[in-house]
Amino acid sequence: MSITVDNRRDKRAEYRAMFKANVRGRLWVDKIMVGVILTCALIAITPLMWILFELFVQGGQALSWEFLTQEPGAIGQGTIAIGPAIQGTLIIIGLSCIIGLPIGIMSGVYLSEFGGNWLATQIRFFLDVFMQFPSIVLGVFAFLAIVLVLGHFSLWAGAVALSLIMFPIVARSTEEALKMVPWSIREAGAALGLRKWIVTLRIIIPGAKKGILTGALLSISRVGGETAPLIMTVLGSSVFFQGLDSPMDALPLRIWRMSLLPYDDARLAGWGAALVLVLVILAIHVGVRYFFLNRDNGKGIIAKLLNGGKRN
Amino acid sequence: MVKVELPSPKFGRGPLSDKIFKIAATVAGVYVLAMILIIFLQLTTESLPVWEEEGLGFITGTDWNAVEGRESFGVLPYIIGTLLTSAIAMIIGVPLAIGIAMFVIIAPKKIGNPLGYLVELIEAVPSVVFGLWGLFIFRPIFVDWFERPLYETFGDSIFLFGSAPFGLDVLSASIILAIMIIPTISAISREVMMAVPQQQKEAAYMLGSTTWEMFRIAVFPYSKAGLMGASILGLGRAVGETMAVTMLIGNATGIGAIPETLFDPAQTMASIMANEFIEASPASIHLPALIGVGLVLLGISIAINMTAHFLVRRMIRVREGAINN
Repeated sequence: MSITVDNRRDKRAEYRAMFKANVRGRLWVDKIMVGVILTCALIAITPLMWILFELFVQGGQALSWEFLTQEPGAIGQGTIAIGPAIQGTLIIIGLSCIIGLPIGIMSGVYLSEFGGNWLATQIRFFLDVFMQFPSIVLGVFAFLAIVLVLGHFSLWAGAVALSLIMFPIVARSTEEALKMVPWSIREAGAALGLRKWIVTLRIIIPGAKKGILTGALLSISRVGGETAPLIMTVLGSSVFFQGLDSPMDALPLRIWRMSLLPYDDARLAGWGAALVLVLVILAIHVGVRYFFLNRDNGKGIIAKLLNGGKRN
Repeated sequence: MVKVELPSPKFGRGPLSDKIFKIAATVAGVYVLAMILIIFLQLTTESLPVWEEEGLGFITGTDWNAVEGRESFGVLPYIIGTLLTSAIAMIIGVPLAIGIAMFVIIAPKKIGNPLGYLVELIEAVPSVVFGLWGLFIFRPIFVDWFERPLYETFGDSIFLFGSAPFGLDVLSASIILAIMIIPTISAISREVMMAVPQQQKEAAYMLGSTTWEMFRIAVFPYSKAGLMGASILGLGRAVGETMAVTMLIGNATGIGAIPETLFDPAQTMASIMANEFIEASPASIHLPALIGVGLVLLGISIAINMTAHFLVRRMIRVREGAINN
């Protein structure tokens, strides 16, 4: 009798030791790995936060009404300003929207309304590939196709280069948005005797307005920060708008040029321009999320930010 | 839902307006294919002079001389520079990016969601701003606290640290690149890991696994291809990245652009184009040479992205199959 009890006790102690050895090791591994993940997250997030912090501290010093509205004077003379750069960025974005949005939306329409075939599969694939083209190569293309042909740097060339970056993004997001519109609505339109293009333009596209707008705004925020393709297309200048055929300044271009100069003035101007650019782009991003993605379950902007990672 | 093919509103041939609409949409859809073709043709024809002059030596050559009469161009140093900076950036960036994606998944929602959103926001910061920060804030600190101590301690024994650091070099450019590709990679890998069915994770937990074991046995096997694809997309971005690298890599040319240590200045394919394109005269062979660099860069970047695309697509197919079963 006592032997079996002892036996059982021994067995229990043995199992307990095995269990402890097993679990303790695993718990240690778990703790270490969670620690590593946490460290990775911290290391990764630090420079990102640091950039935003420096941007506001350094850029904030440069901001003033004159800085934002006047033409830059001679470097080192004390007048630093980015008026033409802001104007140029807005004009270039506008022009590239005029070229890029219709093409992007129409090819989204093609993919969603007519796209069950082999051609559409290929187009989808190559849109994804095209989206990842190095932007400087698109700049080189615009240079060869427009600047060399016309013989001078121009806003048009820059806008064409940027529209090439823009339209694949718009096309893919338009396709996704149009696919969200229920098929029965198309059938209802057809049942009313409407032609397909009327159904698409007057019923389907308004129904997918949110998604299309989101894609368009995100593509604008992407394009607004592009520098490389602008170097060889719009070149940069220090005066206000002279006409669509002449060189023009843009914010990213000005930031780059300023960073190459050895003056404190120029450096400050670079930070100021960077702050303006980032504020515009972040405003577009936050605005998109606030107005188009989370508007329905509204609890104020903080709640929106907290729900940020959620996909509806 | 069953898709019903809509009959044309009229019998027989559809109305003309519908045909025009369909043709317009098709033209817009084919635009991308036409553009890719035109870009390739144009880059090839415009860079033809340099291919004729140098032959395959254009890819394997190391000279870069734009002086009239002594022109000689070879892109090998820039290919090396591009691949080296991208590789270092991947080594640093991928573990950090996947770490941040895992953290967003396991953290409580109140921390995880805003963090995920913040990372997405930072993806929107233009690369020239990263360059500005790298040049004026990061470089002085990095040289004083990291590169110089390394050089003084290991400079003689390890060849990687064998030259006096100045801050405009391979290592600092690679680190800025790593910071820039982290948001791209971590956003996609988070999506991919979230796509792992909840049942899989719950099953792993139910078998008594810890958080890390759950990742190891349930999440990673499932999302392997997707994580690979995300990393390769990050690589694609690193290869094509221009401005931040141009500002930090030191812009050496010719044979001097082949870095012997991590603290040597170098040059990438994108940065040489950004630096010299405006000064190159269309009359000489300099401009065709730069366009040739663009063609090589485009080829490398397309190869990378197609690989990534196929990997991600395979992953998505696996996921759909799992949901259907």
